[in-house]
Amino acid sequence: MFMQHLADGILSGAIVALGAIGLSFTMKILRFANFSHSELLTWGGYLALIFLAFAGSFADLSASNIGPFSFGWPMLFAMLGSALATSLLAVLLHYLVFRRLARTAGHMTLVFASFGIALLLRHLVLLFWGHDPIYYSNELQFAILIPGGARVMPDQVFLLGLTILVVVFLHLFLTRSRTGIAMRGVAENPELARITGVNVDWIIIWVWVIGASGAAISGVLYGLTVQLRPELGFSLILPLFAAAILGGAGSLYGAVLGGLIVGLSENLSVMVIPSTFKPAVPFLLILVILYFRPDGMFGERK
Amino acid sequence: MSRQTQKPVLSASGIVAGYRPDLPILHGVEVAVKAGEVATIIGPNGAGKSTLIKAVAGLVAISAGTVLLDDREITGQPAHQLARLGAGFVPQTGNVFASLTIQENLVLGGIGLNRAEALARIKEIYQRYPMLGEKRHDKAATLSGGQRQILAVARVLIMRPRLILLDEPTAGLSPMAAAELFQLVRALAADGAAILMVEQNARAALKISDTGFVLAEGQNRLSGPAADLLADAKVGQIFLGQRTKAKKAAKKAGQKPVKKAAKKAARKTSKKGAKG
Repeated sequence: MFMQHLADGILSGAIVALGAIGLSFTMKILRFANFSHSELLTWGGYLALIFLAFAGSFADLSASNIGPFSFGWPMLFAMLGSALATSLLAVLLHYLVFRRLARTAGHMTLVFASFGIALLLRHLVLLFWGHDPIYYSNELQFAILIPGGARVMPDQVFLLGLTILVVVFLHLFLTRSRTGIAMRGVAENPELARITGVNVDWIIIWVWVIGASGAAISGVLYGLTVQLRPELGFSLILPLFAAAILGGAGSLYGAVLGGLIVGLSENLSVMVIPSTFKPAVPFLLILVILYFRPDGMFGERK
Repeated sequence: MSRQTQKPVLSASGIVAGYRPDLPILHGVEVAVKAGEVATIIGPNGAGKSTLIKAVAGLVAISAGTVLLDDREITGQPAHQLARLGAGFVPQTGNVFASLTIQENLVLGGIGLNRAEALARIKEIYQRYPMLGEKRHDKAATLSGGQRQILAVARVLIMRPRLILLDEPTAGLSPMAAAELFQLVRALAADGAAILMVEQNARAALKISDTGFVLAEGQNRLSGPAADLLADAKVGQIFLGQRTKAKKAAKKAGQKPVKKAAKKAARKTSKKGAKG
């Protein structure tokens, strides 16, 4: 049983990690807690449906499956399309709401505005797609037995692989590309970045694009391995914040490790406490971490 | 000397500026620097020295007056454009990215250039300052105060600025590191840059400067060749002699250095009202 919980923990941790990366970056660089970030996961998941339908008009969806997976290239196309569309949504929200408010209002105003946006986004999903769960594919998948006695679906293996790929890509982006280095510079000292010649407004757009893309991929993977529901993001809001805070705002590896810790502790906790208490675990983690390390595991001390 | 006839690289005139539009700190200040020259702004605490240099750098809103960089008006240009236009600003504190490596700091300095050009110029910087080259993969946080200042200046140099603005470059440095930094400033001027700096350490700064501007209560009090200012009994008495006192007052007053000036202004009833 332990191995199964371990595997489940790593898998749900990977989804949380992907979502938390964006939350962590926006928290650090835009300097407010964006409660609407989790809704970007939901939107990412649902927007993929549109691209999937579009791809489906060109190809037979079930015939194009790759190997043991429940999906084929149309799903990969949909994931990419959804990442772009969700980024567009985030940038739109930035220009319509956050950028305007940031100029005139305080951080708390931004936080409350993000609550409002979250509510709006969540109910728009209900309006467009209804409240019934949706699946990308109705095909049955056979679990594979991995050493140690745990069972995982091929799609879940894909989930883990893709998460690792995204993290490696982001690592290279942040350390090798000038935009990535500028992003880290803006995170540390926006005024100095501006003086140095960095176009901070442009960097902020990049932060939204990366955050929203991570959220969209996370949402699609959730839809792929669990199901699409309008409250998909809302149900993940605590794990996402726990992971971002655990890791320390602005830290890529912190968010990844934070996500894994949240996923693992949630899933392993059911071995010792009733599973109804599972959602309380991220709460406890936030409390414990903030007590010992107020700036997170990888956060810089102020 | 040709410097006499040369046009200034920076000429700012009639600058009215402040952190709030209704509370200007500068009331029509003039400052000009020629290529190859070091100009220092001195004055008592709260005179608006840092505000002036920040206004030129595009960090404090200018409500009246013009700033010309080689005849091109740069008044109110966003700070990130100024770096590309040839004006480099080194702030007093937080002037390096501590969490980035030295190389990454320099890469950001050259972000306005194409990649190959920026890398070539970073190589030049390493030749000029071998210390930076040796530590290129270390975090800037590991550098000493003096080394940080060198990195901060080097980061600005990547854009080959015609104007370099330094806000209290020797603040917090040991006397030896401060002397080294002044030498570096002189070397930059010798390479043809116009340098405008604000310094608490007025006497030492004037010694390595060509011209000096004495500011008080947000207005020009005196200006002229640095040697003349050093010899001027009035300057010596008012500003240079009281240096240590002013420093103590600065520490005490913290972020509200204009209080004293405001009181003085209130006494002179014709002045433009309270500033703090």
